[in-house]
Amino acid sequence: MTSTLTPVRKRSALTKGQLPKYAPYVVLALALIAGAAILALIGFNAFGWGIVSAILFAAGLVGWSAAVEGSRKAKDKLATCLVVGSFLIALLPLISVIWTVLANGLPGIIAPGFLGSSMNGVTGVYDNKAVEEGAPVLGGIYHALLGTVQITILATIISVPVGLLTAIYLVEYGHDGRLARAITFFVDVMTGIPSIVAGLFAAAFFFAVVGPGTKTGAVAAVALSVLMIPVVVRSSEEMLKIVPNELREAAYALGVRKWRTILKVVIPTAISGIASGVTLAIARVIGETAPILVTAGFATSINGNVFGGWMASLPTFIYTQILNPTSPANPDPSSQRAWGAALVLIILVMLLNLGARLIARLFAPKTGR
Amino acid sequence: MTVTSLKSSQGAGRAGDKIFSGATLAAGCLILAVLFGVALFLVVQAIPALTAPAAEIQGGEGFFAYIWPIVVGTLIAAAIALVIATPIAIGVALFISHFAPRQLASGLGYVIDLLAAIPSVVYGAWGAAFLAKEISPAYNWLADNMGWLPIFQGPASATGKTILTAGIVLSVMVLPIITSLSREIFLQTPKLHEEAALALGATRWEMIKMAVLPFARPGIISAIMLGLGRALGETMAVALVLSSGALTASLIQSGNQTIAAEIALNFPEASGLKVSTLIAAGLVLFVITLGVNMIARWIITRHKEFSGAN
Repeated sequence: MTSTLTPVRKRSALTKGQLPKYAPYVVLALALIAGAAILALIGFNAFGWGIVSAILFAAGLVGWSAAVEGSRKAKDKLATCLVVGSFLIALLPLISVIWTVLANGLPGIIAPGFLGSSMNGVTGVYDNKAVEEGAPVLGGIYHALLGTVQITILATIISVPVGLLTAIYLVEYGHDGRLARAITFFVDVMTGIPSIVAGLFAAAFFFAVVGPGTKTGAVAAVALSVLMIPVVVRSSEEMLKIVPNELREAAYALGVRKWRTILKVVIPTAISGIASGVTLAIARVIGETAPILVTAGFATSINGNVFGGWMASLPTFIYTQILNPTSPANPDPSSQRAWGAALVLIILVMLLNLGARLIARLFAPKTGR
Repeated sequence: MTVTSLKSSQGAGRAGDKIFSGATLAAGCLILAVLFGVALFLVVQAIPALTAPAAEIQGGEGFFAYIWPIVVGTLIAAAIALVIATPIAIGVALFISHFAPRQLASGLGYVIDLLAAIPSVVYGAWGAAFLAKEISPAYNWLADNMGWLPIFQGPASATGKTILTAGIVLSVMVLPIITSLSREIFLQTPKLHEEAALALGATRWEMIKMAVLPFARPGIISAIMLGLGRALGETMAVALVLSSGALTASLIQSGNQTIAAEIALNFPEASGLKVSTLIAAGLVLFVITLGVNMIARWIITRHKEFSGAN
């Protein structure tokens, strides 16, 4: 009898003790308004507004939830807020870095001759002129771009055969024996070698073998190979492992030798994954600065010989232009060139990453039947 | 006729097999030789610095007096990076693995991987040109209000180029490493454990606390160790951001130095005994990171049956 008397607007027992669906939006709106009000009192800025609003939002939602739903649900809400918040915090530096590089790099990259000329003969005099008289900023990154390409290609030529053969050994010949396990372990350890130590190793090796003070592009390529080989091994190994065993067995059943099976069946099946892994490895080493800094020296002119003479590269170009501006009195042209080079470098790395994904997708073996 | 041709082709094939397997074995051994060579050449080139009379080493008090402040500086920078990066990285990994909508998850993972793709020198430039400037008011505030703590002792650096800034930049660089490893381990949690917890009425956070985190603990620890290895050896972020100096307890004054940055700043102009000293410093860094990485890898292999991060 009593139930017929209860008002119709009462919420269902199933959703009782829960926040309404619109709760987060209401709290968010209130938090944004309150945040703006607080910031208006102490001086407004967008960054502070975001932070204050986020804190108010979390506090409001958790408090409301604690009052209506009890402490367990409130804790759940708090954890959700923290987890989402940490993701947003992680995005901040990414956005900030990309924005900084774009904003500072675009003027540099559109300067005439930036991509086509080197720093040969560009002295502080010209930079002072550019600042004081408004002359165009001279100098460019052609020598550094060329150096980066040469060093990276040589490093790839060294790393890919060694890395691929090692991966083949681990998957096809190693049988998880003691040597295979040792190689796997030390390849993993090698991934963690600090890049500067790899550079010092290459420098020390060539100092001992060729002569003290040997600094060429080839030394840098050896240093980069030390960093690149473990990446190539790991990615190729993963790719070779997922080649179905039936393919190998079918080839053996036809009487094909093991090495021909590997070359004609296993590797073609895995080639898309291997190629994308190699591309990612190139993307990793192309931005390495420290190893090149200690092995290839600084150059301001174009050097087409990777085996002789000092060689510039994009990362070391950025580093030297920032740390030792061409004209110490007027560092602005130098920093403009550095940011331009940074933009070029980021574009290169992003293209390589994108290329790796495309290769993996376009040349993926046809699965299914 | 057929028999001979079969035999001859077999002979050629056998040789091919031998050559190919030999080549793969040689490549594998070459990697071990390289790692051994790294240690060997560093030791050989470092010996002059270790045996030289104390007065000839930079600073004039021997190699140990030269190396220990920068070892401590390296540890401080890495510690700051880990303290900041670890909670955020685990939060991000949880967000991608358990909170984000399914369709978005892999895309969001790719966004975080972009953080790892940005070259370290660009981070260094960003830290020096943007972050240091923006953050120096916060340092002044810390020096004014928290100055009684030795680590926030004033006066704060006017340029913001301090070890704390370098640590923050480092934390951005190690974040994607810790995130991607933890994410893989979180995704490996047995679905049945998670569903059992939810079926018993646990909230999502309680499910994560009871099923996911205990399962992933060894993986998280090794992810942090690998992040530590990266933070210890990272060069450019520190070399460009930090205006280095003597060892100081305060994090918001200029001062301190890390091994990697010390090498990068001094090696290009070094000669003679100075080269040996820097290579010896590199050897110390190599030994520290090797130890950290080996422990991390050992933890991973010990829990190989659980984790996918190997």
